[in-house]
Amino acid sequence: MPKDSGIGAASKRREDVRFLTGAGNYTDDINVYGQAYVYFLRSDVAHGRINSIDTSAASEMPGVVRVFTGDDFEGVGGLPCGWQVTDRFGQPMQEPGHPVLARGKVRHVGDPIAAVVADTLQQARDAAEAIELDIEELPAVVDMKAALNEGAAKVHDELPSNLCYDWGFVEDNKAAVDEAIKNAAHVTTLELINNRLVANPMEPRVAVGDYNRANDESTLYTTSQNPHVIRLLMGAFVLGIPEHKLRVVAPDVGGGFGTKIFHYAEEAFVTFASRKLNRAVKWTASRSEAFMSDAHGRDHVTKIELALDADNNFTAIRTETYANMGAYLSTFAPSVPTWLHGTLMAGNYKTPLIYVNVKAVFTNTVPVDAYRGAGRPEATYQLERVVDKAARELGVDPIALRRQNFISEFPYATPVAVEYDTGNYFATMDKLEEIADLAGFDARRKESEAKGMLRGLGINCYIEACGIAPSNLVGQLGARAGLYDAATVRVNATGSISVMVGAHSHGQGHETAFPQVVADMLGIDESMIEIVHGDSSKIPFGMGTYGSRSLAVCGSAMVRATEKIIKKAKKIASHLLEASEGDIELKDGKFSVAGTDKSVAWGDVTLAAYVPHNYPLEDIEPGLEETAFYDPSNFTYPSGAYCCEVELDPETGKVTIERFAAADDFGNVVNPMIVEGQVHGGIGQGIGQALLENCVYDSEGQLLSASYMDYAMPRAEDVPFYVVDHSCATPCTHNPLGVKGCGEAGAIGSPPAVVNAVIDAIQSGGKNVLHIDMPLSPQRVWAAMQD
Amino acid sequence: MAKVSMTVNGRAVSGDVAGNRLLVEFLREDLRMTGTHVGCDTSQCGACVVHVNGKAVKSCTMLAHEAEGATITTIEGIASPDGTMSRVQQAFQDHHGLQCGFCTPGMVMTATKLLEQNPTPTEAEVRHALEGNICRCTGYHNIVKAILAASGQDVSKIAAE
Ligand code: FES
Ligand code: FES
Repeated sequence: MPKDSGIGAASKRREDVRFLTGAGNYTDDINVYGQAYVYFLRSDVAHGRINSIDTSAASEMPGVVRVFTGDDFEGVGGLPCGWQVTDRFGQPMQEPGHPVLARGKVRHVGDPIAAVVADTLQQARDAAEAIELDIEELPAVVDMKAALNEGAAKVHDELPSNLCYDWGFVEDNKAAVDEAIKNAAHVTTLELINNRLVANPMEPRVAVGDYNRANDESTLYTTSQNPHVIRLLMGAFVLGIPEHKLRVVAPDVGGGFGTKIFHYAEEAFVTFASRKLNRAVKWTASRSEAFMSDAHGRDHVTKIELALDADNNFTAIRTETYANMGAYLSTFAPSVPTWLHGTLMAGNYKTPLIYVNVKAVFTNTVPVDAYRGAGRPEATYQLERVVDKAARELGVDPIALRRQNFISEFPYATPVAVEYDTGNYFATMDKLEEIADLAGFDARRKESEAKGMLRGLGINCYIEACGIAPSNLVGQLGARAGLYDAATVRVNATGSISVMVGAHSHGQGHETAFPQVVADMLGIDESMIEIVHGDSSKIPFGMGTYGSRSLAVCGSAMVRATEKIIKKAKKIASHLLEASEGDIELKDGKFSVAGTDKSVAWGDVTLAAYVPHNYPLEDIEPGLEETAFYDPSNFTYPSGAYCCEVELDPETGKVTIERFAAADDFGNVVNPMIVEGQVHGGIGQGIGQALLENCVYDSEGQLLSASYMDYAMPRAEDVPFYVVDHSCATPCTHNPLGVKGCGEAGAIGSPPAVVNAVIDAIQSGGKNVLHIDMPLSPQRVWAAMQD
Repeated sequence: MAKVSMTVNGRAVSGDVAGNRLLVEFLREDLRMTGTHVGCDTSQCGACVVHVNGKAVKSCTMLAHEAEGATITTIEGIASPDGTMSRVQQAFQDHHGLQCGFCTPGMVMTATKLLEQNPTPTEAEVRHALEGNICRCTGYHNIVKAILAASGQDVSKIAAE
């Protein structure tokens, strides 16, 4: 039965009203009295030596307050990297500096060289044109394999080469994996590219730095997914501002998808400049600027080999991946191709031996970091493509081959160091076969063929790891941050509640879903509970939102804090009811004495806590406010099975997505409407990656896809309605809500389904095409069909 | 600098603007009506759509002085004065047609105009009408569903979950 409130209810989103009426408060909507504007002069060459920067003419231009260059940041820290990977040989990765404004060299198109602060943006932009640059262009490295060649130009002169690290996982498995592949009955090999993407949240990044001389306090308003992470990184590592003098506010944020996790130069700049100038400084990215300064995503080149025995059991997997880091290490970049990718290579299958090798490479391109799924889509794509190819080579049904190799017992320890607590891959596959109407596919194919079209069916599975944890383990793996989250539940005297959470909502609907949990626990109305997030001066130190972690990690902290509230409130109630604490029950917002009709209402207890006239002051403190930090004991492991059906025009190569179905296991679900929306959005982005999106550099390092004219964003006509289901739920065994996380599943599970479907369509037309790299544009598909 | 006057959401407004001031800048920065958003610089995303003299227009493609004397409606002017949301706005909430909300003002303005011109569009017509509006969050599913629902059509059968 669908509920109408509390956990499991499709409560309508309360934040929608402000967004639908134009009353949202995004960072660019914030204006500080007297603010100046900054315009960044960015490199238009991919690699060059800065011989001189002459700002004298620009400084004299109307309205100019000051022109900054890299030299102004003497003694200021660079942008830090939050994850140190150790290579196959036990050595730390190469970690070059990342200046706020370029010093000595420019290393990618878009690298900021100078910053002009002026009274208006127009004045700043005009003055930037008067800056005289002498930059000697150097040969650029763009292709990863070429970047590793002897004698290749070096992105960072001080490093031995362009290799950031050469990582092996699990290194001790290597010899056994090599042996298993040598002795296999069949080995399927696939070389593929996971195309470089730009996350493109619709709100471009914005940063406003404000400085209050009266108390020496800085405030940064920024489009961030994690204000405390920014406060820590920027305060402690870049600018040296003590945390109690630094406030970071991320108000309404217009989408993030990972790219707003990282600490960016522009944030540090506006904070730094506002202190220097004693005046607020605002920066708003144009979309063109976003393309060349937001961290990009994916960009892996991979060879994967899958070994099978004579009965088609998977016996070993070996992969070799080149992962593009871009010109500098963005905040969490090193973790993406390693710990967020290698650990997922078992997928849904009981392959006993796995070895993953990753070479991370510096190139003269924009830094690459986490984008929706971060490493997990790359793992899923190669695995599900190679399994599909193996099925085709062996002439077996791709679903049957998957089922035969599914992990069936939990907990399951993979050979890549993680332990899946729960799941049921057969159930999601059964559900998929039903909701995708696989039984009707042959008839639909005939209909397509009657029109002269080809029709293909693509299936895949995925496993995800969400809520990255626990902190002590990730610390060993190189994380330079904890990965807990925190919540403070503040019950007010009249019984309403403010919950301050470390998680940040930039589309996920926390303001609606989180109160559903607390309301359920207390038996009070959702509308009495408000969620406060996004302001480091209001919330406890929390890690923000990424990696589908909000409910699993921060939601768990909120549950723990609410449990403390209940415990204390019961004490107060037992005093008011003159009963023993053990006999007090909380139900429907009322405390009652078990087995009697004596009760006291929620509001009477909360009032007593703040007006403690009749109160056990000798036993407990007044007030009703509790904080909890929650550090999960494991990842959560959502999983699912996806199906895509395409129609392909053999004349033009154009692919149309006809049907798309997703059966996910997210464990327990708090708000099914929001969960379905998350899956829809992820599928939309996955279809974008598979068919449309591609971030392209030419051989000189010029960014060719730098606007929506050249970077194809999925639009309403590119996608169908999706059929989604999350009824196969195996609750997470180690967090109090039994939830797993749903934010990235769609983007992880959908690209292989689309590509598998297109290959199936081509094969049905009698052409033996086994692989095409994404995006499957008409041109690429058509060309592949001509060979 | 030249003076421009126009009617925005029923209110007479005026201001001094430079010749290259965009309508969207005039709305957001001079009038501080920040409901209309800017998502790109190539007239592709539709976050900035407003109604100008009864037409849906990307306000980043129009100069403020070109709107001299025009009647303009922005997202702030769509709900009733008592705050009741319009049919389209309400349908977006009912069907979860928004997540981060950044594309939403443009989506609502485009959808409102579509339904004025074509009161019961097909799914294909809705998708086509949204070709100039990009949403990165929703995968469009619930936006299309919300617009069909706002037109009074039965959406309960759509990709039944
Ligand atoms: S801001 Fe007007 S179309 Fe993008
Ligand atoms: S709701 Fe975020 S871009 Fe559409």
